[in-house]
Amino acid sequence: MSTVVLLVLTGLGLGALYFLVASGLSLIFGLMDVLNFAHGALMSIGAYGTWWAASGRLPGAGPGGLGFVLAVAFGTAVGTAAAVVLELAVIRPLYTRPREQILATVGVGLAVPALLSAIWGADARPFPAPDALSGTFGLLGAQVPLNRLVLIAAAVIVLIALKVFLGRTRHGLVVRAGVEDRAMVTALGTDVRKAFTLVFAIGGAAAALGGAIGGLYFGSVDPEQGTSLLIFAFVVVVMGGMGSLTGAALASVGVGLVQQFANYYTTDGLGDLAVVVLLAALLLVRPRGLTGRLA
Amino acid sequence: MTTATEPRGNARTADPHLAGRAGPLRRATRWWPAALLAVLLVAPYSALPLPGLLDGPIGSPGNLQLLALCLVFGALATGYDLLLGRTGLLSFGHALYFAAGTYVTNTVMLEAGLPFAASAVLGLLAGVALAALLGAVSLRVSGIGFSMVTLAFAQAGSILVQRDPGGVTGGEEGRAAPADRLPASLVGIDHTANLYWIALAYLVLVLAVVHWAVRSPTGRVWEGIKENERRVEMLGLRPYGFKLIAFVLAGTLAALGGIVYLLLTGGATPQTTTSDFTLSLLVMVVLGGSGTRWGPMLGGVLYTWADHRLGDLAGSGAVAGLPAVLRVPLSQPLFLLGALFVAVIYLLPGGVVRLPRRLRAARTPRATPDREEAPAP
Repeated sequence: MSTVVLLVLTGLGLGALYFLVASGLSLIFGLMDVLNFAHGALMSIGAYGTWWAASGRLPGAGPGGLGFVLAVAFGTAVGTAAAVVLELAVIRPLYTRPREQILATVGVGLAVPALLSAIWGADARPFPAPDALSGTFGLLGAQVPLNRLVLIAAAVIVLIALKVFLGRTRHGLVVRAGVEDRAMVTALGTDVRKAFTLVFAIGGAAAALGGAIGGLYFGSVDPEQGTSLLIFAFVVVVMGGMGSLTGAALASVGVGLVQQFANYYTTDGLGDLAVVVLLAALLLVRPRGLTGRLA
Repeated sequence: MTTATEPRGNARTADPHLAGRAGPLRRATRWWPAALLAVLLVAPYSALPLPGLLDGPIGSPGNLQLLALCLVFGALATGYDLLLGRTGLLSFGHALYFAAGTYVTNTVMLEAGLPFAASAVLGLLAGVALAALLGAVSLRVSGIGFSMVTLAFAQAGSILVQRDPGGVTGGEEGRAAPADRLPASLVGIDHTANLYWIALAYLVLVLAVVHWAVRSPTGRVWEGIKENERRVEMLGLRPYGFKLIAFVLAGTLAALGGIVYLLLTGGATPQTTTSDFTLSLLVMVVLGGSGTRWGPMLGGVLYTWADHRLGDLAGSGAVAGLPAVLRVPLSQPLFLLGALFVAVIYLLPGGVVRLPRRLRAARTPRATPDREEAPAP
């Protein structure tokens, strides 16, 4: 029982991490038809920003208490800024060439981790975790690390915030309408392009937040972390249905749980394989993903 | 005879300067592939140094190895473009079929003890079978879904190889090819020239197959699918079968490339199974020019050369002496390649191969207004 509880919470924590990356990917793809290969790089930027601030280089930030909150906020802010720069400098000039947009993000996705490893080395750096979050707590006889809860809480907050933003605000309305039918929104006189930067900023913030607290989960940061997570985030996005937040949330929980349980009860690594096979099987049965959104 | 020469005579009188220059030039440049092939064939005998481009004489084993790698990747990119540029299929799983060729050949040699030739045939067949099976499955979805399913299959293959089931694949280390199973003329540093010729033969084969395939009736349908798949359906053709042919053909060429790569590098490494490997093929194709005859080859050669030479540059004294702002990014070949790739997408849509045409086009509009403005006043 205690193993199952631990596996469920670890799976949910991993799923939360996937959701933080996939929510932005899904919105960006839904609105702009851009499969953002640089999203893992945004996550790495968030992770490195937090690590940089938390190791005492930013005044006021540190590995404990409020200092850590500040460090996470700093990492998220850097990631958001990077996402906005990416959209304005790389994606915007290529609006008329959709395939080139994807290719340009591939280039950025290659360059950024290389740059990170050029500056801070290719090896993993230990992530300074605050003492308050590095302990465990007892639940139904299992000792669960606290950072799983932090991840789950962050993902739930992001999900609710995004739902509120999309459902209750005017900008959210434009984004939702754009995901539904971009040509029609443009024809009705709303410039959807203004929402592009916004969606990129939101997606970048979520991914950078994922990177920032993903450091707690992994215990270290390395340049390739974001990129290796990106493939599973893609799997989540496609499974959930492109452009659907709820779908992405459901799929990330499913993927995280399947991965953890298969890795534990069979051999290590088979969980990753199971997820991939699951994706192929799902797409063949339902080519439009779980929620039936347009793929 | 006279009617054939007459227009040319008229043209010469109309603009003798232009025709006199372009005629022989064009006739001479038509044969440049043959001339290039001849040069490449005799390259191993050359002791000519290419300062800046290569380290030392062309014929040295190290340089021949690099040149052979360039040729292999040029050919791989050409094969990959069969999907991307000719049929409009964005596959993220091409590395799988390449790796199938490498790993199956190597594993059969190591585990079953078969000689190289038999193992290579098995490796090629495995690549064909895998491409046919997975292509048949993944082509059932289209667009981004197709890209994702191919990515998923390739990722599954990559995980499988790195998990090292039963010690067969060698995990993260990979496995060296058994020297005693290979023909003696393909082993050792003295025989690099033979490997180079094999790589060259592979490139010529791929170029010929792709050239022939895109000019065949099937190739016309591929072009149609790329332009407008719905219209191909309207014409009464089923795109699925045609796309599958393109997928299997590209997979077969990739598997063959994997076998050449196995010979060239003397082993199978898990790096060739990763999605990064497919992405680098994508970069090569776009760098050179997707959907053109020579572009992907050019891109593959340029990328491979840059990847190796930039690594040397990063380790050289010239870079070490630079201030940190310049030195740090320059020490990472992948950063330079990524940045270069983004720059090419912006500045050279259509790739390096369109560069001469773009230059000509940039010159022509400037010349035409001049001519038009002259009679206006």
